[in-house]
Amino acid sequence: MAASSTTNISARPSGRASAFWQRLRSGDDIAYVITLTCALTILAITALLVFELFENSAVPRDKFGWSFLVTSTWDPVAGQFGALPFIYGTVVTSALALLMGIPLGVGAAIFLAELAPTKISNGLTFLIELLAAVPSVIFGLLGIFVLVPALIALEPAIRAVLGWTPAFSGPFYGVSVLSAGVVLSVMIVPFIISISREVILAVPTEQREGALALGATKWETTWDVVIPFARKGIMGSIFLALARSLGETMAVTMVIGNEPKIHESLFAPGYSIAAVIANEFTEATGELYLGALIELGLVLFGLTIIINGLARVLVLSTTKKGAS
Amino acid sequence: MTRRIFIVNAALAAALTVGTASAQQVLINAAGATFPYPMYSKWFDEYHKKFPTVQINYQSIGSGGGIQQVTAGTVDFGASDGPMNDMQLKDFQDKRGSAILHFPTVMGAVVPTYNIPGVTGSLNFTPEALAGIFLGKITKWDDPELTKANPGIKLPSNNIVVVHRSDGSGTTYVWVDYLSKISKEWETKVGKATSVNWPVGLGGKGNEGVSGSIQQTANSVGYVELIYAVQNKMTYGNVKNASGEFIQASLASVTAAAAAMKDMPEDFRVSITNAPGKGVYPISSFTWLLIPSKIADPAKKKAIKDFLTWMLADGQKMTEALSYAQLPKPVIAKEVKAIAKIQ
Amino acid sequence: MLSLRRKVVNAVMLSLTGVCTFLAVGTLLFILGYLFFHGGTSLTTDFFTKLPTPVGESGGGMANALLGSAKLLLLASCIGIPIGFLGGVYLAEFGGSSFSFVVRYTTDLLNGVPSIVIGIFAYTLIVLPQGHFSTLSGGLALGVMMIPIAIRSSEDFLRAVPVSLREGAMALGASKAKTIVTVVIPAAKAGLITGIMLNLARVAGETAPLLFTSFSNRFWSPGWEQPTAALPVMIYTYAISPYADWKRQAWSAGFVLLMLVLTINICARMLLSKRGSALR
Repeated sequence: MAASSTTNISARPSGRASAFWQRLRSGDDIAYVITLTCALTILAITALLVFELFENSAVPRDKFGWSFLVTSTWDPVAGQFGALPFIYGTVVTSALALLMGIPLGVGAAIFLAELAPTKISNGLTFLIELLAAVPSVIFGLLGIFVLVPALIALEPAIRAVLGWTPAFSGPFYGVSVLSAGVVLSVMIVPFIISISREVILAVPTEQREGALALGATKWETTWDVVIPFARKGIMGSIFLALARSLGETMAVTMVIGNEPKIHESLFAPGYSIAAVIANEFTEATGELYLGALIELGLVLFGLTIIINGLARVLVLSTTKKGAS
Repeated sequence: MTRRIFIVNAALAAALTVGTASAQQVLINAAGATFPYPMYSKWFDEYHKKFPTVQINYQSIGSGGGIQQVTAGTVDFGASDGPMNDMQLKDFQDKRGSAILHFPTVMGAVVPTYNIPGVTGSLNFTPEALAGIFLGKITKWDDPELTKANPGIKLPSNNIVVVHRSDGSGTTYVWVDYLSKISKEWETKVGKATSVNWPVGLGGKGNEGVSGSIQQTANSVGYVELIYAVQNKMTYGNVKNASGEFIQASLASVTAAAAAMKDMPEDFRVSITNAPGKGVYPISSFTWLLIPSKIADPAKKKAIKDFLTWMLADGQKMTEALSYAQLPKPVIAKEVKAIAKIQ
Repeated sequence: MLSLRRKVVNAVMLSLTGVCTFLAVGTLLFILGYLFFHGGTSLTTDFFTKLPTPVGESGGGMANALLGSAKLLLLASCIGIPIGFLGGVYLAEFGGSSFSFVVRYTTDLLNGVPSIVIGIFAYTLIVLPQGHFSTLSGGLALGVMMIPIAIRSSEDFLRAVPVSLREGAMALGASKAKTIVTVVIPAAKAGLITGIMLNLARVAGETAPLLFTSFSNRFWSPGWEQPTAALPVMIYTYAISPYADWKRQAWSAGFVLLMLVLTINICARMLLSKRGSALR
């Protein structure tokens, strides 16, 4: 079913192309207006969403003001709500996920686009895209019953190498910020791989041939010529991945330990914004409590604005460096 | 090719829209507590087999969700592991112009479960021990409060790792309701709700998350529903009741807790944790259906009333096969009378 | 010995990319194997043709959830893909820089909204005013979730089409719109399909946005106005239940869901390649 709408749009219009496509073929203006409308739709939807979140979080916003962002108590019984531990947990788990997911994803994309024979590459990409369809509750269950025991077994090795840093100190119960980061990295990898692979494949062959003719090795060609050429698309895939990890709920909550406290160690439990919303929304009663959960949604939104902004600045600065 | 897909598409869409619903079908939606979901799905299925025109679709979205949805009017009735409080009842009255009637359906219990290397049997827990552990005051397994209650069992001198539910849940409500009754400190410091600000411990999502964390963490202790512990063959502890006996949770000791309630209130909103009497498991609870007192659609009203009557008679016989404790006879008799209140 | 060093770097880095691929594919195979190992025995024809049964009764299936998932995905695709794709065309082909920046930024924001919040959004927008749960509201929630990935991926792939191709068509006198439709989109075809499949895969496994919209249903759900069962919701409900039997069914439903997505994926690509060769 999905295939039909796909083929209609993406392929060349056939004999019975609809009036829309015919007009599109002749008129730049019409095409402009239609595509612009669609682009505007997303602004409208987002605006409506933010409006809803803002409206429904009026009670806690009035009561706590900005202190909601910087306090750490989350007490539904006493009606005290602070978002800081959740903000911290969200940022740290997403950062960990990208730290592991980007090298893994881009590496595999390079292999699939540049090294593997087309047939094998297509087959493997199929499988990897399938990874995106695994329901997050299954990631969560596998996380707690497979990944956590594995990490417990690996703990001495991790400690031996990295134990000197405060980030890997203190007791380790298996469920932790680290485990959440690992699960998230697995979940975001298919987005990075499959989009990056397509973008790398789209780099014109002449680019590669030029570098190879100059005596560059395969790796040098890939790293110095192909990747910079595909950089924008790869960045796009990373933004998608980042967004997914910021908003993931079920898989994170199963392995993060769900403790609204800030610990400097990655071995310690934590909590994320999306996880607490999913955990408590269905059971929350009363305007203040429900409002506080919705305000957390708003906070996550603000956090996403900031993180995306920072990531863009980072990308911009590295791109400039690459150019000079 | 495109045309063929369109035809297939149109055919599919047509097939989907031409439904099976006929005029006499009564479709009832309900939502709420997760704990009784297997029981309810069994009942509604059996009832549908008996009366094929009645379809009751129950979904487990959580007790709080059940209260919210019945109040919002998106479902025909709700279900909850904790009774609605006065504020919620007033809210319902304001929004829907009628009252909510509580109907107890089955009973459950919450049990302490643990993973201590070298300890295989059932541990005895005093109320003081449970409160102390969950308040973070008892931190070692060989604390005198625990060793005193467990002569003959060698408890290690290891730190206790507490695991609790992270999602808001009726199970948590029953657990902290009990702790509030037996510990003043718990009542004032933490209180009772479906989610609380835990003094110590890791949070696990659902029974699954709690049991998974306990299984993988040495020296841990947590709580799960009795039915979950039984079905998954977990070891769980005995708890000292108000009469001073250490009681293992079982279907009989849970029903005993309800039977011990001498004065059941008219609206059935009652907590039976720490109930008095012999042979009573102290961390037990009812679970309720939340039925509006006025149902506009006569077909739905009849179906719901008929279902309640059936559930209190034939339905009760099916509970034990699924490890739920059945209601005591006096409660059933009282509920049968209450069905008439549905207008 | 500069060249030896370069050779070593070449070999090491290239093998590392192979290791990355192996890790990603290995994870998927592990998950598939795990699901099949734990749920394989429940995979009988009943699973695809019968309604769910209560605990303790054998022979139940998830036929209604399969159909429900198909309906929801169809609806979501009808909403998410056209809007997302055309929005992507705008960004890649028409957009001025500052407005495009705003749209791109907003897209990333919407993509980062937790799925449960999207569900709450659809709930307040449709379910509450209508007063009942419906397939329609679930499809809308999933459709909204599809838009960001659709926009981002189509923009990426359209942009990846080399400028020389566009210039060629423009030089022949084609209008911009005609160039896009006849040259750019066909050139980006493979990528666009990848984007759509990835998108579909992602929403096919979503539970949270459906809990408060399409709800779920133990029975068949005719039409679009009633609550409907969906595979991920069934998986969620069954996976956290106390009963071994239901847990097994949850694993097998996970396996079936993945196979369903794989089938859609393969069919889409086969249709595409057939069309492609016929046109050529």
